[in-house]
Amino acid sequence: MVLKLKIWRQEQGQKDGRFESYVLEELSSDMSFLEMLDQLNENLVKKKKVPVAFDHDCREGICGSCSLVINGNPHGPHTGSAVCQLHLRSFKDREEVWVEPFRAKAFPVIQDLIVDRSSLDRIIQSGGYISVNTGSAPEAHSIPVEKGKAEEAFSNAACIGCGACVAVCKNASASLFVSAKLSHLNLLPQGQAEKKSRALRMVGQMEKEGFGACTNTGACSRACPKEISLRSIARMNREYLKAYLSSD
Amino acid sequence: MKKFFLFSIGQKYLMGVTGLGLAFFVLAHMLGNLLIFAGDKAYNLYMHQMVNMKASVIVQTGLLTAFLLHIILALILGVKNYFSRSEKYARQASGWKATAWYQKTLIAQGAVILVFVILHLITFKFGAHYEVVYEGKTVRNLFQLVIEVFQKPVMVIWYLIALLILFVHLFHGLSSSFQSLGLSHPRFDSWIKKLSLGYAVFVTVGYISLPIYVFFFV
Ligand code: HEM
Ligand code: FES
Repeated sequence: MVLKLKIWRQEQGQKDGRFESYVLEELSSDMSFLEMLDQLNENLVKKKKVPVAFDHDCREGICGSCSLVINGNPHGPHTGSAVCQLHLRSFKDREEVWVEPFRAKAFPVIQDLIVDRSSLDRIIQSGGYISVNTGSAPEAHSIPVEKGKAEEAFSNAACIGCGACVAVCKNASASLFVSAKLSHLNLLPQGQAEKKSRALRMVGQMEKEGFGACTNTGACSRACPKEISLRSIARMNREYLKAYLSSD
Repeated sequence: MKKFFLFSIGQKYLMGVTGLGLAFFVLAHMLGNLLIFAGDKAYNLYMHQMVNMKASVIVQTGLLTAFLLHIILALILGVKNYFSRSEKYARQASGWKATAWYQKTLIAQGAVILVFVILHLITFKFGAHYEVVYEGKTVRNLFQLVIEVFQKPVMVIWYLIALLILFVHLFHGLSSSFQSLGLSHPRFDSWIKKLSLGYAVFVTVGYISLPIYVFFFV
């Protein structure tokens, strides 16, 4: 099959970029989208041109590195999957495909399709952890966890921190990411000690990084490769109010 | 930690609370207006009672405060949200990942509602002052004013447009308030959505019935 690509190119250190057109022929519909970009890059290298920079690592939907916006959709047209899990059979022959980086003030473009998501790392550093003494792992059954809470914590822990929620949100808000990380730890017994400071710090850091506010549109949850629920954001709001009211 | 209302979550709490307060007024005001179907006496006496009750000043001050806070916060958040994406996308999300048009245009809807309320107050609250006497008591004849206003096709059309915009605003706004206030639970979420839709339909149909009734049947 043939694809007509419009790819965002932006040189390192430059403030602005532009779309470049590339036509790829004789593609297999069984190829993954990232393999198609690999092929494009091989062609570019052969012609002594600069290959397209894009983020990827595991290529199986678990690391959260891949971060492309395809025809306006973060991670492409499918729900519940990352762009590394997208195949060319999802496109029509001779389709025009626009590929852009995740766009947000808090995600500055490094080069082409690669953005700097360390704002998310700084939110984790502010409170997305639990403090425990190191040593041999404790016996897992020594801390009982209620079934419902374990399930809910687990579905939030599924967040791979890709930032698609920010990318799709009309406000570039990181609410879904922060609320998933906060929910994951605040629901579990191990997270109780730092529950309040975690809510205050993570929300404070999110604010500092320049993400937008939440309008409750739900686009984040629909674009999330792990389909994290909007309910997590309500929980974050609750936890933040509680922590604020009881802090001194 | 005196920063609650400087953070967007705190600001959204305030938007939610003021929004719910305004939504309550909109419902009560609609129900009061339905008295138009009970005739001039019931309508005028009710309006008279509302305007002259002891708590009237408190209610009006509260209403104005809520309205202004709601608008100011919307602007603050709107500016912040606008600047949180410096470079815009060339293509918009489509299908399941798209954001609904009525959620992208909340500020514009709010602006229309603001203009509507200002004109509305000029038309009615500060409009022509007719009087009528019931059993020796003189009250303002708002019934006559409503009839007069909705005899004009322009007014009927303008009210229909403004009320449909109010409908989408309320439909998103009510369920969104609950979410901002942290009120979400697997058992109630679908009911909150249904409540929001039901409320918005009820209120809109109620209001629209006035211009329609007056224009076609009076
Ligand atoms: C067909 C629809 C409507 C009719 C016939 C109507 C009628 C009236 C009348 C007669 C008054 C004057 C009351 C008085 O000052 O004695 C009034 C006041 C008011 N209306 Fe409406 N109204 C309608 C829809 C709305 C809507 C949709 C809103 C809000 C979005 C609204 C907001 C107000 C406000 C804020 C006041 C002033 C209340 C006060 O001074 O305490 N109205 N309306
Ligand atoms: S490359 Fe790891 S999630 Fe896509």
